Amino acid sequence: MPPKAARRSGRLGDKVFALLCQAAGIFVLILLGALIIELFIAGLPAFRAFGLAFVTSTDWDPVRELFGAGVSIYGTIVTAMLAITMAVPLAFGIAFFLTELAPPWMRRPVGTAIELLAAVPSIIYGMWGFFVIAPAFAQHVQPWIIDNIGELPLIGFLFQGPPFGTGLFTAAFILAIMILPFIAATMRDVFMQVPPVFKESAYGLGATTWEVMKGVVIPYTRVSVVGGIMLGLGRALGETMAVTFVIGNANRISASLFGPGNTIASLVALEFGESEIGSLKLASLLALGFILFLLSFAVLATSRYLLRSRLKV
Amino acid sequence: MDRRSFLLGASAALTLPALGAQAQAAQITGAGATFPNPVYQKWAEAARAAIGIQVNYQSVGSGAGINQIRNRTVDFGATDAPLRAEQLTEGNLLQFPTVMGSLVAIVNIPGIQDDALRLTGPILADIFLGKITRWNDAQITAINPGLALPNLAIAPAYRADGSGTTFVWTSYLAAVSQEWKDRVGTGTSVRFPAGTGARGNEGVAGTVRNVRGAIGYVENAYAMTNRLAATQLRNKAGNFIKADHKAFMSAAAAADWSVPGFAANVIDQAGPESWPIVAPTFILIPTNPTDAARSASVRRFFDWCFANGSQLATDLEYIPLPESVHNAVRAAWRQSFSA
Repeated sequence: MPPKAARRSGRLGDKVFALLCQAAGIFVLILLGALIIELFIAGLPAFRAFGLAFVTSTDWDPVRELFGAGVSIYGTIVTAMLAITMAVPLAFGIAFFLTELAPPWMRRPVGTAIELLAAVPSIIYGMWGFFVIAPAFAQHVQPWIIDNIGELPLIGFLFQGPPFGTGLFTAAFILAIMILPFIAATMRDVFMQVPPVFKESAYGLGATTWEVMKGVVIPYTRVSVVGGIMLGLGRALGETMAVTFVIGNANRISASLFGPGNTIASLVALEFGESEIGSLKLASLLALGFILFLLSFAVLATSRYLLRSRLKV
Repeated sequence: MDRRSFLLGASAALTLPALGAQAQAAQITGAGATFPNPVYQKWAEAARAAIGIQVNYQSVGSGAGINQIRNRTVDFGATDAPLRAEQLTEGNLLQFPTVMGSLVAIVNIPGIQDDALRLTGPILADIFLGKITRWNDAQITAINPGLALPNLAIAPAYRADGSGTTFVWTSYLAAVSQEWKDRVGTGTSVRFPAGTGARGNEGVAGTVRNVRGAIGYVENAYAMTNRLAATQLRNKAGNFIKADHKAFMSAAAAADWSVPGFAANVIDQAGPESWPIVAPTFILIPTNPTDAARSASVRRFFDWCFANGSQLATDLEYIPLPESVHNAVRAAWRQSFSA
């Protein structure tokens, strides 16, 4: 008798457990759906008032109640893209070094240091950016670049203007350091998944380390590497605090990368405290949140899609 | 003792002292403006010891404070930008001022000391409009004959977060420049035509410190404690004034407080000694409170602050209201809460 009873209760336990887990899974879906719907509904007055032009308009004038997302969408995308351009070569170097070149005793400490970078709170990056990086840029880096590259034809306009230290370029620089660990760790992991026999065959044919990297490792891992980059991009898009400190917070699009700008996340963080319930401004901020949600969602979905083979393993 | 009665006993032991403490110290909550936060915290600390009212004030921003008092989630709201009379009626709110603050312009120009540079309102407006772009502009050198102003780009820095400070600053610029009024306007956040934004007083101060040629605006208390180089300003009477306590008090005395909601305009007053950028900050309380006892505690707290808090406010570089204004506020309370 006892064994039978135990089996029955065990079956019941199984069912309860399965139900609980199912509920937990469905809860996440409901939460996500509710968030999107809530943001959309709360932002609806802004979409109604400005129509599709809300996305492209560069107005942000709280006094006249004219709001548009153009400047902050531009800032969000430009800083994230610049950050990726700076972070990817560095991350590639780190991953390459750790998997192919580093002596075994160095791999673990360097790898751990990279992962620790990911654990630094973003407010720390923000303060470091504002009190250390921005003055250094303003006094040493930007004047030189403005004087030397700012005069060049074609690309010169990207590097003109007063050296504030803050601006799109500084924000992108801080973001690059923040997303570096995510990209580097993903790259290292996928580089290590290349079957040794492939690499050994290439070495056996007389290939150099670089040729093995270029001809074997990168083609084998290409899709996962892009997925890892998208992961970093997703983080760069939504980063708030660190960017708010160093981006210069101006609702204008400046041609120069040293000019001040804005991102969706930092604009929302800055303006939220002074927005009254029921005002068009609050609706516009929530509509911005909705747009950011869509942007991040698209990026993350792409990364999941590209990483699908690796996630299955 | 079995387990259940033990649990009951334990929970009773936990809740009873808490109830007792509530009966002793009346608790009130408030939320809103960040600008008067230091003095409200100081007053709360002192009033708790003196009259046993415990005030929990959260400095979440004027807009958020207005939202919270409209929803009645706090006992009082605080705002730097006064509400209009019809907004007060609609929200069943009473508005009164508590204390005043002043703004100064701070600069980072090599060789220029604190209180040395002279500026006027129209020049400030043109700087923040992006029309005057060099420190050796003829308009600036004309009123600063003794100073060697360098050929340096002017980098205006402003508050990027919505703030009462920006409201006061833009109110001043709009008062002295028609172009500012038409092109930019007045608000807790506006579209600044030039310069860079930073977060909070400390962000603006940090930007001014970092960037050669920068100019920004902060509360006087902040400029004093951080030893930033402030400028003189020309007031309405045409005199160049240094930012000091006497100039602030003179402005407060010159203002007309007999307007609805005490929304007095202290900006650009005509007194010969008046500092031009002085502004009061306000408290909002419901005229139909759900909890009469808490509402009375709020009034008792501010009544105590009016009677005893002026020195504390002065120590923190705020400007106490004239005694006549204190009495006018008390009269308004009596009128609204006579029952």
